[in-house]
Amino acid sequence: MKKLTYERPIINKINSGMPNKFGTRTEYQPITYIDEVSVKEIMKEHGSPVYVLSEKTIRDTYKDAKKAFTARYPKVQFAWSYKTNYLNAVCNIFHQEGSWAEVVSGFEYDKAIANGVSGNHIIFNGPDKSESDLETAIINNSLIHIDHYDELYMIISLAEKLEKKPKVAIRVNMDTGISPQWSRFGFNYESGEAWDALNRILINKNLELVGLHSHIGTYILTANAYNVAGTKLADLAVRVKEKYNHAIKYIDFGGGFASKNTLIGAYLPGTDTCPTFSEYAEAITTSIINSRIKLEDFPTIILETGRALIDDAGFILGTVLANKRLADGSKSMVINVGVNLLFTAFWYEHRITPAQNFSSHTEHTSVYGPLCMNIDVIRQTADLPVMRKGDDFVISRIGAYNMTQWMQFITLRPKIVIIDTGRQVHVIRKNEKNEDINSFEHVPDHLKKINV
Amino acid sequence: MNINKNIAISGNGFVFDPTTGESFSLNSIGTEILSYLKQDMSKEEIVLAILEKYEIDNITVEKNYVEFLAILREYKLIEND
Repeated sequence: MKKLTYERPIINKINSGMPNKFGTRTEYQPITYIDEVSVKEIMKEHGSPVYVLSEKTIRDTYKDAKKAFTARYPKVQFAWSYKTNYLNAVCNIFHQEGSWAEVVSGFEYDKAIANGVSGNHIIFNGPDKSESDLETAIINNSLIHIDHYDELYMIISLAEKLEKKPKVAIRVNMDTGISPQWSRFGFNYESGEAWDALNRILINKNLELVGLHSHIGTYILTANAYNVAGTKLADLAVRVKEKYNHAIKYIDFGGGFASKNTLIGAYLPGTDTCPTFSEYAEAITTSIINSRIKLEDFPTIILETGRALIDDAGFILGTVLANKRLADGSKSMVINVGVNLLFTAFWYEHRITPAQNFSSHTEHTSVYGPLCMNIDVIRQTADLPVMRKGDDFVISRIGAYNMTQWMQFITLRPKIVIIDTGRQVHVIRKNEKNEDINSFEHVPDHLKKINV
Repeated sequence: MNINKNIAISGNGFVFDPTTGESFSLNSIGTEILSYLKQDMSKEEIVLAILEKYEIDNITVEKNYVEFLAILREYKLIEND
């Protein structure tokens, strides 16, 4: 007779009527396939942990977002936010779909150029642009978004030196009715600083003002905040037109669209609370359509959405290392994915789903990573199916930031693979080896000999 | 080790402790082990019964059994001699 499938014995106290800090059960089905490719096969071939990206999801999500805007407004351009995920394969999917590049450092700028993006389709944001970065951007006719006066005056002097007319925009920060108000980047609207910066640019014959830019924050749960931003930026555009008879070519709304992840401490899941692309699009396009900008001067709307375009396409597959009881009797699970690989665990309640069948029983569980560090917590509290040492799991919606903000810390970083639209799996970043890390180091001669 | 003989175990995994008024839910293996304990079966007998019925190795069963008993002890469903 065939033996039955074993499950670790569990017992849970029933607390009827008590609030449950662990939240409700979320996992009902295992994730055994991603884009019709077996999760276990990927792990067998590429190890555990391993990052997986879905090309199909990236393209589908991009198309959804683009459609939401183009259905409402005639001139829309997306620019892929490199910092969100600058793996070349990922960037090129967005570039193939028509996205320009949005970069925030010389490193990212060079990556975009190496990927084949034309200089005039690179938006250069951020507070740290060196003189040589700016020189390159000016020569390449890139769109430079000025962050502060020191940068503005450096560009003015470079324009004279290079005898080129840089294409510039200013980043504008403002009160959009949400908290926190990001005021550290760009020039402030309410104080008149943004208007002052625009005047300084427009009276200078060596600069060409092409756009206005704002990036009001991140994970914005109120779509209307973009409407407030658009209204204020449109006001600046109208004032520029009235005073200088100069039409602003584009208004860049930055990024900040929320993905469907659930923030730590949120009462309702992100899938229920985050605005849709259509809601963001409605708020943004309405602000321009209903402004005093004349039809013939309607600017292109640029979007630097990162998180909402890539989060759903990313997964990390891993394995349970151990189950243990804590001093207070509560259950914990140690997995081989730590905060070094899943930086976003600091602010999201990531969904962890077993990669094999499980029963209907769940346990209140704290999920810890493998690092010998107290901060290595993947889920402080979760109501998870019973998993054993050696069981595999899938953590979903991790495509944004984890593959750029990750750390080589205590362990080595694993492979990243992508499943193409024909269900083929490709390695797009190799796993690190000890020799890779050691190759950056140099031990002086007097420290080479040890005696222990 | 003594099991609290007053507890009521239902076949589908519910346990009621009339002494404290508390209720518990168990998965099928948890229910089985508690029933074995109520029948005064020894650790060795329980492990053997599980090994015969389920696709699992001895070490895992023993490890899980010890941990499970620690939780039962915490919930005061069993007591040490």
